[in-house]
Amino acid sequence: MNIDSIKNGVVIDHISAGKAMELYGILGLDSLDCSVAVIKNAPSGKMGKKDIIKIDADIDMDFDVIGYISPNATVNVIKNGETVEKKHIALPRRLTNIIKCKNPRCITTTEQEIEHIFVLTNSGYRCLYCDTKADR
Amino acid sequence: MKNVINILDLTVEEIDELVALADDIIACPEKYQEACKHKILATLFFEPSTRTRLSFESAMLGLGGSVLGFSEAGSSSAAKGESIADTVAVVSSYADIIAMRHPKEGAPLVASMHSAVPVINAGDGGHYHPTQTLTDLLTIHHEKGRFDNLTIGLCGDLKFGRTVHSLIEAMSRYEGVKFVLISPEELKLPSFVKQEYIKDKHIEYCQSTSLDDVIGELDILYMTRVQRERFFNEEDYLRLKDSYILTAEKMRLARPDMIVMHPLPRVNEISTAVDSDPRACYFRQARYGRYIRMALIMKLLGVRA
Repeated sequence: MNIDSIKNGVVIDHISAGKAMELYGILGLDSLDCSVAVIKNAPSGKMGKKDIIKIDADIDMDFDVIGYISPNATVNVIKNGETVEKKHIALPRRLTNIIKCKNPRCITTTEQEIEHIFVLTNSGYRCLYCDTKADR
Repeated sequence: MKNVINILDLTVEEIDELVALADDIIACPEKYQEACKHKILATLFFEPSTRTRLSFESAMLGLGGSVLGFSEAGSSSAAKGESIADTVAVVSSYADIIAMRHPKEGAPLVASMHSAVPVINAGDGGHYHPTQTLTDLLTIHHEKGRFDNLTIGLCGDLKFGRTVHSLIEAMSRYEGVKFVLISPEELKLPSFVKQEYIKDKHIEYCQSTSLDDVIGELDILYMTRVQRERFFNEEDYLRLKDSYILTAEKMRLARPDMIVMHPLPRVNEISTAVDSDPRACYFRQARYGRYIRMALIMKLLGVRA
């Protein structure tokens, strides 16, 4: 299967197989005007199978969340057809409105306006407000 | 401006300063009787807690300040559906400092994000209650003269008792502390608390199901209530409940300088016969609660005697 190379844009590579659509939604790629290719289950020497997302535009986006969805993913920035930067995304220290707290006693269940924030701790992601651990 | 939502919001040095200030207030209360003159404390209690609210109010009045607030959500704008953010934004233009209790975990943190004045967490559900922990710390310091090199027995419900978890968290920051965890199997300390605050910090500890076996080793015995509803069956409750009731007979096995603490309210876990024992300091503990809140209010308001 061939997908054209992009000239200026971003390639999110080494996404765990099956996670591309989740990332597509969380990164809000549906709202972009440019071409976006989502490749699922591409063969990979290291991973067996992987997903890839190619975005054909020079966008400025907060990619930190990628580290939470697929910790081994890489972000390649393409300029004039060349990879000018390759980023390994670490686990983000804070996730805002990515995970919802499931603790029924948490203030986020009654205060509708507040952001759902999870913070990275030694024991994984925990709700900023009630310290409940995120499911994964 | 600083808020106190969790005991860990305060450094060991800040706790030492608060304890030193509370000690001075105990020694010379008249020196502080106008320290907060013209200052207002708002007690926003979205659920009733008479003891904590009165302790805060008594603390502020003892400093010459004034108090306003409500004691249950029904008598506040929350009943009309107002958000915490809005309530606090308004109240912080009426008061200089806020003490807030709320049944939802994290509510005081949300309040602190929208308040123009310092917010003290006066208990958020089963989550944090830092002024109870400060009370416990002042009690320990005042009665034992130190925080380090103490053997602390925690007895009763170690699974659900948040005061126990917070005290372990706070005391684990001091040298030479040993914890003796005394509870039935069903109410043992949760493994994450044990891991994070005891094992990871290489703190000495032991576990026992019998108070009689270990009471003789303790400098401090911190009692909590073993609640019937925590047990899966009545038979287990009946079998275990008396093992965790402190009686005058059990006190004979304890050291002459051991102290008995309890966050109160007590039901039957400490026999009233123990009350007259000078080692029983749970009522003095309630008094220390007022003094440490006085010190905390002063510190957050940045006022001096």
